[in-house]
Amino acid sequence: MLTYTVRRIFSLIPVLIGMTLVVFAIIHAIPGNPAQVILGQRATKEAVRELTEQLGLNKPWIIQYFEYIKALLHGDLGISLRTRGPINEEIWPYLMATLELTIVAMLIAIIIGVNAGIISAWFNNSWFDYVAMVLALIGVSLPIFWLGLMEQWAFSIQLGWLPTTGREDVRDPVSAITNLYLLDTLMQGRIDQFWTVLQHLILPSLALATIPMAIIARMTRATMLEVMKSDFIRTARAKGLRMFWVVYKHSFKNAIIPVLTVIGLQTGLLLGGAILTETIFGWPGIGRYLYDAITYRDYPVIQSGILIIASLFVLINLIVDLLYVFIDPRIKYTK
Amino acid sequence: MKKRSLTWLLISVMAISMFLAGCGSKSTSSTAKDDTKSGSKKDTLVYGRGGDSTSLDPITTTEGETFKVTINIFENLVNYGKQDTTLHPGLAKSWEVSPDGLTYTFHLRQGVKFQDGTDFNADAVVFNFNRWMNGDEKQFPYYTMFGGFKKDPGHVIKEVKAVDQNTVQFILKRPMAPFLKNLAMSPFGIASPSAVKKWGDKFREHPVGTGPFKFVEWKQNDRIVLEKNPDYWQKGLPKLNKIIFRVIPENTARLNALANGEIDVMDGLNPSDEATVKANKNLQIIKRPSMNVGYLGFTVTRKPFDNKLVRQALSYAIDKKAIIKAFYGGQAIPAKNPMPPSIEGYNDAVQDYPYDLEKAKQLLAQAGYPNGFSMDLWAMPVARPYMPEGMKIAEVIQEDLSKIGVKAKIQSVDWATYLQKATKGDFDAYMLGWTGDNGDPDNFLYALLDKDSIGSNNYSRYDNPQVHDLLIKAQQEADQTKRNDLYKQAQQIIHDDAPWVPLVHSTPLLAASKDVVNYVPHPTGSEVLSEVEFK
Repeated sequence: MLTYTVRRIFSLIPVLIGMTLVVFAIIHAIPGNPAQVILGQRATKEAVRELTEQLGLNKPWIIQYFEYIKALLHGDLGISLRTRGPINEEIWPYLMATLELTIVAMLIAIIIGVNAGIISAWFNNSWFDYVAMVLALIGVSLPIFWLGLMEQWAFSIQLGWLPTTGREDVRDPVSAITNLYLLDTLMQGRIDQFWTVLQHLILPSLALATIPMAIIARMTRATMLEVMKSDFIRTARAKGLRMFWVVYKHSFKNAIIPVLTVIGLQTGLLLGGAILTETIFGWPGIGRYLYDAITYRDYPVIQSGILIIASLFVLINLIVDLLYVFIDPRIKYTK
Repeated sequence: MKKRSLTWLLISVMAISMFLAGCGSKSTSSTAKDDTKSGSKKDTLVYGRGGDSTSLDPITTTEGETFKVTINIFENLVNYGKQDTTLHPGLAKSWEVSPDGLTYTFHLRQGVKFQDGTDFNADAVVFNFNRWMNGDEKQFPYYTMFGGFKKDPGHVIKEVKAVDQNTVQFILKRPMAPFLKNLAMSPFGIASPSAVKKWGDKFREHPVGTGPFKFVEWKQNDRIVLEKNPDYWQKGLPKLNKIIFRVIPENTARLNALANGEIDVMDGLNPSDEATVKANKNLQIIKRPSMNVGYLGFTVTRKPFDNKLVRQALSYAIDKKAIIKAFYGGQAIPAKNPMPPSIEGYNDAVQDYPYDLEKAKQLLAQAGYPNGFSMDLWAMPVARPYMPEGMKIAEVIQEDLSKIGVKAKIQSVDWATYLQKATKGDFDAYMLGWTGDNGDPDNFLYALLDKDSIGSNNYSRYDNPQVHDLLIKAQQEADQTKRNDLYKQAQQIIHDDAPWVPLVHSTPLLAASKDVVNYVPHPTGSEVLSEVEFK
């Protein structure tokens, strides 16, 4: 297990190098002089020359690349052209906001999705199965944009239960420590704020959870159906084990690997692809940070954002791979 | 062992799901609305808007979302009027201009303090101008309004000096009539010298001025918090205790937040949502006076648009009211001049070309095109308040023109190329617009239609020596009334020459909770909120 883990981590190195190369290439993919594009029409020649030098664009690309990597290893992501702040400081609150939303959304998606999938497989062809799978089909096809606005209309405006947008009550703001507000409010013993933060999380995380939830439910159902036809399940039932244990313990454990893969992929997608949800719910997350950067042509931020999201994706894949071995001892990667 | 841990995992997952389900129902009892409706009198205003500020040091940007905030923190030597761009005393309680228009002497208000406790005086003003004019293009867009930086030959300010503690004198190299209007622009808010020195590059995140509100907190892309300045020099102001600027990018979501009481004011209301707001008895509509123009321009050096009669004919053929009704939700006024009525010097006596197809055909025949002609019509590829849907508006114009036999072929291209081609004069006819910077007629007429601006913003390549003379004379005229007369004459000539069909001045819409009073929107897009309060 340990050797596998170490080997697996080392195998990430080429992936990470490839990633930095791609990200590095972004600024070189701009047609013409990037400095001119960045500064816009009214810029004078001098300003363009200065920015070219500042971005190091006048040096050979291989040297530029090594300088870029050197800065990265020092934790320096560069300066945002739009706000002129250091990106590694700026990006942190955005990242944490997205992380909190993703964690809650994935919790909802996994809990509901997995259970719906299991029960659908257990009571195959029952009314529950049909309803759950139709809902799942609707879930994957719903446009988040529409769903988010409908949620706001129903739960906020009509029922008045939940707030529409944001992370907190701005009239009584949370003082951030980790920027994971659920954690911060608990650490400060502000239970009242904890509830408000939770209320603010419900609508966006529900909107964000629909698609992964549906995909997880369908995947769980499919693999569970397959596993439940196996011989060892029949044996278990013949032994007189209670059906609940047969399903949740023996079957699910054997069906979990593909589900885990899907969960990993979906988590990665949510971390980078929550722009729509973040826009509708005014959530100050990394998707919006990147979106703003793209509209302002803030290339250093675009580079850093993509790099971080890609790294998270790689990290989640690593975790999922390691979980395989942990959950299913039959998977042995040591020769 | 492992089996058991998995069991526990499942059980704990179930437990969490129960817990979360519990939260869901619990939240129904304590509603979000309670928090906002409690308390005797509200004194915190939450302002919802589409984008975040890029900086809170106003001189470092040209972007409107910044000025919405900074206008409450910083003050200028002179101010605009409440809903127009006439000039009023600001930090300077009065001023004199020498007869040659080269020396401006400002008498400063006494006893004003910056929010960090330091004194506002003549030295502070000199400090600020020295900071700006010794900068460069990457730091400050200062150069766009004053002809460059100190080192540049075109720079208009020769010297800024403190005559005494309360008197500042500006010596100009050449007369510049919009000088005072420029000073009233948000970027030129006077900052506390000691805070600028203290924070250096970080001043953009720690602004200190003399305004009614002081800066508290900025959480990027989320909120900016300002608090009442207790030592503000205007007694009894501001009325609010706190302003929170919140970013909610989506217009409909922002309206939802307003309807739910999470915010008190929003800008960027979709014209199509006006009815929703009107139907809600807790909300009100606020209309911002227009300071823009959307137009159809002709490149007057190209055939057949070199013929004045052709341009006039086309002016008669376009139904502006129908365009406004269809694409602006009625939230625009038809334009007859190249500048909007909120700017002084607007010539209201100009008679717009009415929608008259017979007259149009007659003029075309007179010009030698009884059967019309073919032309390219370029449509704006991006949405702007003055041109929300370029392509569709182009289609309506195409339809209108076909009625007089003119066959327009609609073209478009990406925005950067569009502007480039327009600058070169490559278009027969094109759609564009302009939003004013300083509220001066010069900023519209000279910038867009003077021969000096050919190659920059005079895309029509319109060159009328008479207009040029008037505009140059107006630039050097210190007497505002005389200036306005000159601009009025220029507008009449431009109207007759018809290098453009001015289409609309659009009116941005805001919505607010009914209990918000004294919210007076300014045409520049940013307003001081010192008199705003709750009923």
